[in-house]
Amino acid sequence: MAAPDIQIDSRLEDLAERPPLGVIAADLVRRQPLGAAGLFIVLVMIFMAVFADFLTSYDPELNAFEDMHIAPGAEHYLGTDQFGRDILSRIIYGAQTALIIGFVAAFIGATLGLVLGVSSAYFGGRFDLIFQRVMDVFMAFPLIILALALVAIFGQKVENDVLLVIIAITIPFVPNCARVVRSSALAIREMPYIDAARALGYSHARIILCHMVPNVMAPYLIMVTAFVGQAILLEASLSYLGLGVQEPTAAWGLMLQGGAEEYAESAPWIAVFPGLAITFAVFGFNLFGDALRDVLDPKLRRR
Amino acid sequence: MSVVSAPERTEAVTVSSVVGNEPILEVKGLKMYFPISEGVVFTRKVAEVKAVDGISFHIRKGETFGLVGESGCGKTTTGRCILQLEQATEGQIFFDGVNIAELDRRELSALRQKIQVIFQDPYSSLNPRMKIGEIIGEPMRVHGIEPDADKRHARVAELLSICGLDPKFADRYPHEMSGGQRQRVGIGRALALNPEFIICDEPVSALDVSIQAQVINLLEDLRDEFGLTYLFIAHDLSVVRHLCHRVAVMYLGKIVELAECDELYDNPIHPYTQALLAAVPVPDPEIESKREHKVMKGEVPSPINPPSGCVFHPRCPLAVEGCRSVVPELREIKPGHWVACTEV
Repeated sequence: MAAPDIQIDSRLEDLAERPPLGVIAADLVRRQPLGAAGLFIVLVMIFMAVFADFLTSYDPELNAFEDMHIAPGAEHYLGTDQFGRDILSRIIYGAQTALIIGFVAAFIGATLGLVLGVSSAYFGGRFDLIFQRVMDVFMAFPLIILALALVAIFGQKVENDVLLVIIAITIPFVPNCARVVRSSALAIREMPYIDAARALGYSHARIILCHMVPNVMAPYLIMVTAFVGQAILLEASLSYLGLGVQEPTAAWGLMLQGGAEEYAESAPWIAVFPGLAITFAVFGFNLFGDALRDVLDPKLRRR
Repeated sequence: MSVVSAPERTEAVTVSSVVGNEPILEVKGLKMYFPISEGVVFTRKVAEVKAVDGISFHIRKGETFGLVGESGCGKTTTGRCILQLEQATEGQIFFDGVNIAELDRRELSALRQKIQVIFQDPYSSLNPRMKIGEIIGEPMRVHGIEPDADKRHARVAELLSICGLDPKFADRYPHEMSGGQRQRVGIGRALALNPEFIICDEPVSALDVSIQAQVINLLEDLRDEFGLTYLFIAHDLSVVRHLCHRVAVMYLGKIVELAECDELYDNPIHPYTQALLAAVPVPDPEIESKREHKVMKGEVPSPINPPSGCVFHPRCPLAVEGCRSVVPELREIKPGHWVACTEV
């Protein structure tokens, strides 16, 4: 007799402790409507990327010359391109490419920036001065110029096109993140608990990684989400210029290139839909990043 | 520069029996100047903040040594120099007869186990991202005192109960605790490495008066139980009188008076000490309202450009012409009672 009672009790406790997902979602939409929209776009993208195989009935890389330039319709919802490939399939598979490059580049770039920025703030003095001037040099160049230069430098050595794009996008992110994180870390360095850690004889690595890094996670997370959007845009730009992801891989920037320009008037769907995909993806990540900043930064909360 | 002679070890006068005679810590002519520099590429020093300007004292094993003075007089900087959080500009610090500035990294790490610190602000002295158990357990793990996780947890629980906290608090974060509880965690962390010497940097200034008494009593109990030596930095004179064996009074980076606790309070000689003690309110409104208040004239001068001669002369009621040029040495006026003033 006792067993069912306990079950009901524990279920009641669960209900009391955790509001259902729907309530959390409704709350988010009410407080951060744009952020919720951004999160929705991001989730749709992730869904597309993960279940690409089940969402498409056409091979995104297979040429079908008998199906060239078909306008959007019942057979091909978003039409076909100059090689007869289904554009919807290529956009869905393109989400995979965009997200892999976006997340890997943003994560590695921001994490390197995090460790370097916190170290720079912790050691201070001459090391900090020199390090910041080197970062200034990197930041003097626009992201795309730096990325192009890195493709030129590493292009001969790195065979894999996706890996090359990731390297070219990751490195320009490092100084951006290092700069932001350093300014937060400078405030953390003056906290008595850092003095306590030094007085306890902890190593520099332990103080930086265990005591300072966890306390600058808010700016770091904001940078990561902002970087994903930027990375997707950069990847598209590089691919459009022919220096990024190579054919026949499905990538949004690549879809805008070549045939898309040639047939812009006669078959505009070839360029319009991948363009919209890029726009929505960047828009989604930026909105989500902004909302995240509002939530994590108490100074901006509820103005 | 002033030449302040180190007070020689006086024969133990009225110090309680637990206090040994051998000094555990000796500070000789300690100076800490912070440069103020200008320019980014070609930095040049434009001035110096003389936070600590040539102080000498020693602390005996088992003793509680008070360091008092108003804000900005260099008390905390002295503590930070002893902890090696700042590199002293000049002077030596000997711990157990070893000059701690000359230690290499491994020796310094070993020394850090012996010297610990309790900070003033219980809110910012604990890492907000770590649980209490981690905060207290980490020093033991890093120094390999208790490598076994289970034993370490047991030791953390023991330390928490020594400090008057429920061992269950190990799973809490600092923000879930009150100021007094956090300060107890800070004390527990300082005790984790079984130190011999603890620098208490205004450990109760940020706490409620009712909590202050509890923490002071805890510090006293710990001292007696573990035979600890304290350097007690404070500006609350009544707390210092309750806890300390000997007291040094600092003014603008210098020690102006140093004596046995009761002697200093009953019989202050330096005019600054007299003014400082007169400023302590009497906890009786009738006496307090009738009492004659001596208000010191002027403000504390800037440590960037301290007055010549005796740093206290612009505010001193006893000052004569000579005080402008002569730097007073700390001299022994009575056995164990040292004063830096030429006019007493």
